[in-house]
Amino acid sequence: MNARGMAVRAGARRGWIELKHNFTTPNDLVTLVIFTAILLGVMIWVRTTTVPGTQFSLGTAMLASMIGMTVGFNGLATLGGILTIEREDGTLLRAKATPNGMTGYLVGKVVTVSGTILISVVATLIAGAFLFSGLALGSAGTWLTLIPVLLLGLLATLPLGAVLGSLFPSARSAGLLTLAVSGLVAISGIFYPITHLPHWLQWAGQVFPLYGLGLGTRSALLPAGLASVEVGHSWRHLATFGVLGAWTVAGFVVAPLLLRRVARRESGSSVAARREKAMRQIAG
Amino acid sequence: MSVLNLSGVLSPRGARPVPAEPAGELVLDVRDLRMRYGRNDVLSGVSFTARRGEVLALLGPNGAGKTTTIEILEGFRMRSAGQVSVLGTDPARGGEAWRARIGVVLQSWRDHAKWQVRELLEHLGSYYAPYSGSGGRPPGTSRAAPGLPRPWDVDDLIATVGLTEQAGQRVRRLSGGQRRRLDVAIGIVGRPELLFLDEPTAGFDPEARREFHDLVHRLADREEATILLTTHDLDEAEKLADRILILAGGTIIADGSADELSQRMSTQAEVRWSRDGQRYVHSAEEPTRFVRDLFRQYGESVEDLEVRRASLEDTYMALVRQAETGPGLADDTTIRKFSVVAG
Repeated sequence: MNARGMAVRAGARRGWIELKHNFTTPNDLVTLVIFTAILLGVMIWVRTTTVPGTQFSLGTAMLASMIGMTVGFNGLATLGGILTIEREDGTLLRAKATPNGMTGYLVGKVVTVSGTILISVVATLIAGAFLFSGLALGSAGTWLTLIPVLLLGLLATLPLGAVLGSLFPSARSAGLLTLAVSGLVAISGIFYPITHLPHWLQWAGQVFPLYGLGLGTRSALLPAGLASVEVGHSWRHLATFGVLGAWTVAGFVVAPLLLRRVARRESGSSVAARREKAMRQIAG
Repeated sequence: MSVLNLSGVLSPRGARPVPAEPAGELVLDVRDLRMRYGRNDVLSGVSFTARRGEVLALLGPNGAGKTTTIEILEGFRMRSAGQVSVLGTDPARGGEAWRARIGVVLQSWRDHAKWQVRELLEHLGSYYAPYSGSGGRPPGTSRAAPGLPRPWDVDDLIATVGLTEQAGQRVRRLSGGQRRRLDVAIGIVGRPELLFLDEPTAGFDPEARREFHDLVHRLADREEATILLTTHDLDEAEKLADRILILAGGTIIADGSADELSQRMSTQAEVRWSRDGQRYVHSAEEPTRFVRDLFRQYGESVEDLEVRRASLEDTYMALVRQAETGPGLADDTTIRKFSVVAG
């Protein structure tokens, strides 16, 4: 196997190791559990409320949306945030100083973030199967829609997350990034049908991949009748795949350029300068 | 804290064989390197070379361009002008195979905090495996590379830097000194032919510094690595380096061994002695002859004899001051003197 191929394998191992770290570090695990518990709690709370205009449980609808949100949120905010933090703390520079290290680093990040997403999705589906009624988990059509939506969602959001991570200058601005993505969640019809938002916000929301992801997972997991509350009273699979596909193409064009620029600028002194700046901000 | 136990194995620096000269194996060849930021010339013509197995210390006041020089050689920074060859390759175009032959010791901060020491070294080492040689030196050549087996065996490496007890610990639990040793281990995990160390012992206590020096000696002696380090510690430079380069005003103002530098810079040595309870100090141009005369005249009544050459610090201060007071005839003479010595 050539050196690049071995770096891809090393990257996959790196991703697996970091995934294990995330699930064996008490702090990380507690954060994850609390975050998931709050969301599940909210959904259980609204289990008996119905989606407006239907007899269907709002909690179940939210859970279906949340699967899509998990992909989008982790792909954008988590990956982007990790990149800004690891640029600042010198992880990226170490990768640059290692032969084919950047390849390994990026493969590792994709594996870690995808793995986290996969685990969260499976956990949410299991919770959904036991705590909520109305999810169409038994039919083949569900999985034939769900799996392509999740895969395309990863392809659409991971490169975009890398772009965001390259654009935000410091780890301190990573919080801003999370905030921005949370704002996006709010206008993407994840927790409440988008049709109840003002018209211009509906349009804004539909441009971004999070809406498509939520719509896609809802279409896979909810009964066909629920399409009536969506825009155009349809699951609009073509539009969903069109929007996600467009973001995928854009991401794969722009991300390598930006990542290369970020990598080129890394050096011992640039990391030292950021460290000093961060220390001053902590002290000040 | 475990202690690096290498002192028994190591020969003192002075007894170390001088790197083979005639092979002409230039690991570093820098000619007229220039770096300009905006209208500010940081490097205005830096030239020097290094042969395989040499340890070079790059000294100079803050802002003299030491880090810039090193980062250009590491391939982390583009230069404005000049010719640079690192292991026979222009670092601006160095590929991954070139990268595999180079080690960079970076100062860690909080990266890889959740990784265990052994886990991290094993992982980073795996990137070097495709660039491994068969091991040993091909007969009839003086060149170990590309025969070096890569990466360094992880347990051996951990023992070498004295982290065996911490091998299973997470990086964030290491003390400052242990972390720096891990930095060194990461820098050498690929068995580099050329190693860059930018202020490696900043923040070390004397014991850690001593252990680190032993490690550098071992790398240069056994691994035949060429080492370029920057430091503010003149004592460290004198202990570690075969050759000292002083960078000031954007150019190399002196290039030679610590001895050569102090001998050339100061013709006067200070001779101290005591006789009949009385202490004497004398500045002598030729201290050996002076001392011989002293003994001939007073014989056994001479006691507490001390002959002190100008220290590297004296030399360094004088040279830098000279360079900073602007270009003059004296400068040119100094540089010529040293290049004669070095060549």
